[in-house]
Amino acid sequence: MLEVNGLSKTYGEGERTTRALAELSFTVAEGEFVCVVGPSGCGKTTLLRCMAGLLPPTSGSVSLRGHVVAGPPEQVGFVFQEYSRSLMPWLSVRDNIALPLRHKRLGKAERTRLVEEAVESVGLTGFIDHFPWELSGGMQQRVAIARALAYEPEILLMDEPFASVDAQTRADLEDLVLRVRKDYGVTVVFVTHDIDEAVYLGDRVVVLTQPPTTVQEVLAVNLPEPRDQVETKELPEFAHLRAHVFRAIKRRQELRPAT
Amino acid sequence: MAHALRTRRGLGRWAQTWAGVATVLVLAELASRTGLLPQRYFPPVTEMFTALFAALGEPWFWLATGQTLQGWVLGLGIAALLAVPAGMLLGTSVVRYRAFRAVIEFLRPIPSVALVPLAILVYGAGLESKVFLAVFAAFWPLLIQTLYGMQDVDPVAVDTARAFRLTRAERITRVVLPGAVPYVATGLRISSSVALILAVTAELVIGSPGLGREINAARVGGAADLLYALIIVTGLIGWGLNSMFAAAERRVLHWHPSQRGAR
Ligand SMILES: Nc1ncnc2c1ncn2[C@@H]1O[C@H](COP(=O)(O)OP(=O)(O)O)[C@@H](O)[C@H]1O
Ligand SMILES: [Mg+2]
Repeated sequence: MLEVNGLSKTYGEGERTTRALAELSFTVAEGEFVCVVGPSGCGKTTLLRCMAGLLPPTSGSVSLRGHVVAGPPEQVGFVFQEYSRSLMPWLSVRDNIALPLRHKRLGKAERTRLVEEAVESVGLTGFIDHFPWELSGGMQQRVAIARALAYEPEILLMDEPFASVDAQTRADLEDLVLRVRKDYGVTVVFVTHDIDEAVYLGDRVVVLTQPPTTVQEVLAVNLPEPRDQVETKELPEFAHLRAHVFRAIKRRQELRPAT
Repeated sequence: MAHALRTRRGLGRWAQTWAGVATVLVLAELASRTGLLPQRYFPPVTEMFTALFAALGEPWFWLATGQTLQGWVLGLGIAALLAVPAGMLLGTSVVRYRAFRAVIEFLRPIPSVALVPLAILVYGAGLESKVFLAVFAAFWPLLIQTLYGMQDVDPVAVDTARAFRLTRAERITRVVLPGAVPYVATGLRISSSVALILAVTAELVIGSPGLGREINAARVGGAADLLYALIIVTGLIGWGLNSMFAAAERRVLHWHPSQRGAR
């Protein structure tokens, strides 16, 4: 469904350039949950912005159902890492979620239904008329997820969405994402630097190298469904997979010449 | 309980403010009465207020106040109509901004008072001169604030709008502009004070009708108490206008970090 072909991105011109992505290829199948894991600064945000059509690649391409992505496609919903900056502080939760729906040519009733359903599915029903800054970080990220869901995307791109919430909230939000993915039948590309999170959530894990960034390995995760924060993480397969990803990243680091 | 506490603390702050004001007034009164300050130039505060209350009953006083406020409102209004759209145009295009930056940086530091002779030459001594000076002075803070506001838009917010396919026009009206409103509000408040200052200056220096001209007239007539009374009035007008803008900001910008919880 989604194809990343020889994607590379170099920032800047002339002397001062940063080669963020060297050459990246992988595919995402319909309905799949793909986690992209890599160390900080390896270009995960760059990759996701290219996939969302927010950033033109230097070479290579991203295709969605065979069409090259040149601008933000309407099938894509995006959840940003910086939730507090991605929500408009002057809009209530309801209006924030309704903001992207202006183009959807929906009736008023239909729009209200979409917003309220999305709010309910992220468990914020009582907070629909609050302002984002009246909510905790975890709740704000729920609003951002609800906004993406109400948009009815076929693909959800999530950029380290839980990197700045506490551990318990994070576990809750991970399970929330697994649930809404089923409810809304959406394909997910989830970027994280957290190996446990990638293995816990993903059907497959794309392991990135250090910069200049390429795909180190693509790993199938065959853990039993539904995933459970305690039981899944106790399984020997889970420990095995996370060790495998860890070694893959570490091995690559050791191959790099010391500088 | 919490409510009672808050009320008492609120009352306390109110009492502190007035205690400070009263102290200064009493000291000024004593300084004048005891001859510490020459009464001829510095009459007792009670006399200033007596003159002020007498003036409140005079039609000329209200006419002059109206004329000063007219200069203020026209100056600020025209400046806002010019500066906010100009700031929006410059703030949404790096090319336009670069093209005009040098011109702005040259014109902005010119003290408006330096334009007094030009104003007299072109507009004479009437209302137009006053408005011209007030517009020139009030234009720059508003332009700069609007410009900053447009440029300070959060890139994540813009990315969000783009990712969800808002058009360029929608990104400006729904994301950039609301984000710039706090800056424009600050600009309005600054420009309001500046417009008032320039209105009174024009009345003093050029003799445009208004409170400034009456202050001068009081000086010429040797009415020191009235002179002070009118100065106090200009101060009260400035304070009142500023409070008005501050109150409007609290309402409109209730979402902004500087106003949260102030409702
Ligand atoms: N707009 C930009 N201009 C220049 N360099 C950038 C820009 N954005 C990111 N980079 C650089 O690209 C590299 C990858 O950044 P990023 O994609 O944010 O990584 P990650 O999300 O994995 O932490 C970093 O070295 C970063 O400094
Ligand atoms: Mg990132």
